[in-house]
Amino acid sequence: MGRYVARRLLQMIPVFVGSTFLLFFMVYALGDPVAAMFGDRAPDPATAAQIRRDLYLDQPLWKQYVHYMGQIFQGNFGTAFNGQSVTELMASAFPVTLRLTIVAVVIEMLVGVVLGVFSGLRRGRSIDTGVLLASLVVVSVPTFVSGYLLQFVFGVRWEWAAPSVAPEAPLNELLLPGLVLALVSLAYVTRLTRTSIAENARADYVRTAVAKGLPRHRVISRHLLRNSLIPVVTFIGTDVGALMGGAIVTERIFNIHGVGYQLYQGILRQNSPTVVGFVTILVLVFLAANLLVDLLYAVLDPRIRYA
Amino acid sequence: MRRPGCAKWGAGALAVALVATACGGGSAGRSGVVSSSWGDPQNPLEPANTNEVQGGKVLDMLFRGLKRYDPRTGAAQNVLADRIETTDSQHYTVVLKPGWTFSNGEKVTAKSFVDAWNYGAQLRNKQKNAAFFQYIDGFDRVHPATGAPTATTLSGLAVKDARTFTVALNQKFSSWPDTLGYTAFMPLPRAFFKDHAAWVDKPVGNGPYLVDSYDKGSVMRMRKWAKYPGDDPARNGGIDLRVYTDNNTAYTDLQAGNLDLVDDVPAAQLTHVKQDLGGRYLNQPAGIIQTLTFPMYDKRWSRPGSDKVRRGLSMAIDRAQITQEIFQRTRTPATDWTSPVLGKAGGYQAGLCGAACVFDPARARQLIKEGGGLPGGRMTLTYNADTGSHKDWIDAICNSINRTLRDDRACVGAPVGTFADFRNKIAARTMTGPFRAGWQMDYPLIQNFLQPLYYSNGSANDGKFSNPRFDTLVNQANAATNSGAAVAKFQDAERILAQQMPSIPLWYQNGSGGYSERISNVSLNAFGVPVYNQIKVN
Repeated sequence: MGRYVARRLLQMIPVFVGSTFLLFFMVYALGDPVAAMFGDRAPDPATAAQIRRDLYLDQPLWKQYVHYMGQIFQGNFGTAFNGQSVTELMASAFPVTLRLTIVAVVIEMLVGVVLGVFSGLRRGRSIDTGVLLASLVVVSVPTFVSGYLLQFVFGVRWEWAAPSVAPEAPLNELLLPGLVLALVSLAYVTRLTRTSIAENARADYVRTAVAKGLPRHRVISRHLLRNSLIPVVTFIGTDVGALMGGAIVTERIFNIHGVGYQLYQGILRQNSPTVVGFVTILVLVFLAANLLVDLLYAVLDPRIRYA
Repeated sequence: MRRPGCAKWGAGALAVALVATACGGGSAGRSGVVSSSWGDPQNPLEPANTNEVQGGKVLDMLFRGLKRYDPRTGAAQNVLADRIETTDSQHYTVVLKPGWTFSNGEKVTAKSFVDAWNYGAQLRNKQKNAAFFQYIDGFDRVHPATGAPTATTLSGLAVKDARTFTVALNQKFSSWPDTLGYTAFMPLPRAFFKDHAAWVDKPVGNGPYLVDSYDKGSVMRMRKWAKYPGDDPARNGGIDLRVYTDNNTAYTDLQAGNLDLVDDVPAAQLTHVKQDLGGRYLNQPAGIIQTLTFPMYDKRWSRPGSDKVRRGLSMAIDRAQITQEIFQRTRTPATDWTSPVLGKAGGYQAGLCGAACVFDPARARQLIKEGGGLPGGRMTLTYNADTGSHKDWIDAICNSINRTLRDDRACVGAPVGTFADFRNKIAARTMTGPFRAGWQMDYPLIQNFLQPLYYSNGSANDGKFSNPRFDTLVNQANAATNSGAAVAKFQDAERILAQQMPSIPLWYQNGSGGYSERISNVSLNAFGVPVYNQIKVN
């Protein structure tokens, strides 16, 4: 197990280097950010040259990259154009998005698994068909549609929740955006759980458990659910990274100043330290989530072991 | 700020999540405070480094300079300046009013101005408004076009005593005093130079508000400065500026009673904004003009006869229809190259463009034909696609031109991904056809609408238009000692634009805004920015 984890961690190094370089290259390809800092006015050449020199933008791309990596290993992710350090931006943005992601994942797991179990156990009945239909509708509605719609209905019409989230992003205000963010994945979780449950419900070990005279809730929670959750956990694990990165739309709609907001600003203003720094962290989150999922397998199903 | 105290979620699993999170986020001590939407300023909030609206509006609350533009008329009026005297339009003596201090108690003196201007002009400080000091003697030494600066201070500035300083310009510039209301010319306290980082985190100025807290990227809380010595103190307890990435969300927040003021009504809401807000919707002219600029450096657009093509294209655009259908009358068809906010005395003259700005398809076809037709039979209109939903109106203009020329493929829009890339292409002079341009005035002077944009080598002369006669007239206008004569000269110069049409004036942009029932006495100034200090909380 320990060797497996060590190997997986070592694999992260080339992924980290490769992804940062690719990102650096892509942001660089967008062009020179300095011209836009002067608005509709032609940049004063002397000032522009001074800014480029200070931001290391007058060097060839590979030198900029080496310089950037050198800085990163000293814990310096560079500065955004408004003078804030990127680490400062991260410190304010990641906790917010993390909270939003947690809310989304909790909703996804609770609602998704419960609905999946109900419909999986009643396969072919009306409740099953209803859940399938509903999840189909949810999957086909894009986030920005459901986001604006729920925001208007809950925020403006019924005034149940604030339509936008305060800068401190308290958890209760994140419920509505968390629901919006969770919706699509929630449908997938429901469907995955349903299929898995429906399949395993006829398995030998479930029949044995029932034959032993175990109470129904114990059969379901201990025997059936535990085995059926493996594909669901895989999905949720990889989904954590996707949710954090994919929060751009949701965060914009609800004015949440998290990772999506900072990434959007970074791309709009072509600030490569912001974009590269944030996405690099997201890549790491993604890798860590994957690792965690693989380790969870062993917990859920003792037959799966890593040498 | 009113948020629903505790979300009334009841349903199933959500309740579980809610139990885990105590209802809270309460807001105390907000009485008399107005909350308003804001965009994240692009640069640190230094006066000489702020060249866009979002940062500018904050500095306008935190600072008062020698002059200020009247919120209603746009006329430059003395604030800190007691008098600004000159005999030759080139050497000025500035005398300050007594009794002004910064909100930290430090006195505002002649040195506060001279130090600030020297800082702004200095190349090493990388201030984006450095060019505003270019008319002062010695600018070329503190801010050389190439190489390192050879001086640390502008030789044209001299402190005479605590309340007097002199300015020597390197050319005659009669309306120079009227430019001094611009953000770049604000005074700075010693704290700015002593601990720059701390100052930028929490700016200290001499205006009607002081910064209570500044959470970069999300909210700036300003409170009324009780000891403000000026005659335009804040009539509310303070302003909370909240950063919104999406103006639709700000508008939704306004509807939900969660926000008091939005200073930009999104295009998608314009059709029903009157039903939503009634009399609390603001829509009035601002000092912004939008144009299509021709790349005059491209031979195909500057050969003999192409002035006819350019004028013909201007006549092929149905401005009235586009401003109504697409902009819901938040734009006014342009008939000159300035803005109605200047007023007649300031140099705005309706109809100066003449027939060239009137929709006339038959005449347009004829002119374009006489001029040799579109270069290569086709043209593109370049715009940036990332902000401002420019696609709609660019497509509408192309449709109008295509209908006029009876050719479906004569004009197409050419989107560029980001504003930065768009500006790069303009700076690199790689445009092959007209491109969109917008000009928001720095100060309400006709000079600001003409000189930066069309004077040879002007700072915003993106099309590289150059006309000796135009330059001469601008020089004469700047040298004129009475403002009526100066305006007349500027308008003569503008008539050359009507002949040559280096850019097609499209429409004047209005400022727009909406506010809640909680506040009143809301208006927009000539720049389209709310006059925050006059807002009253009911």
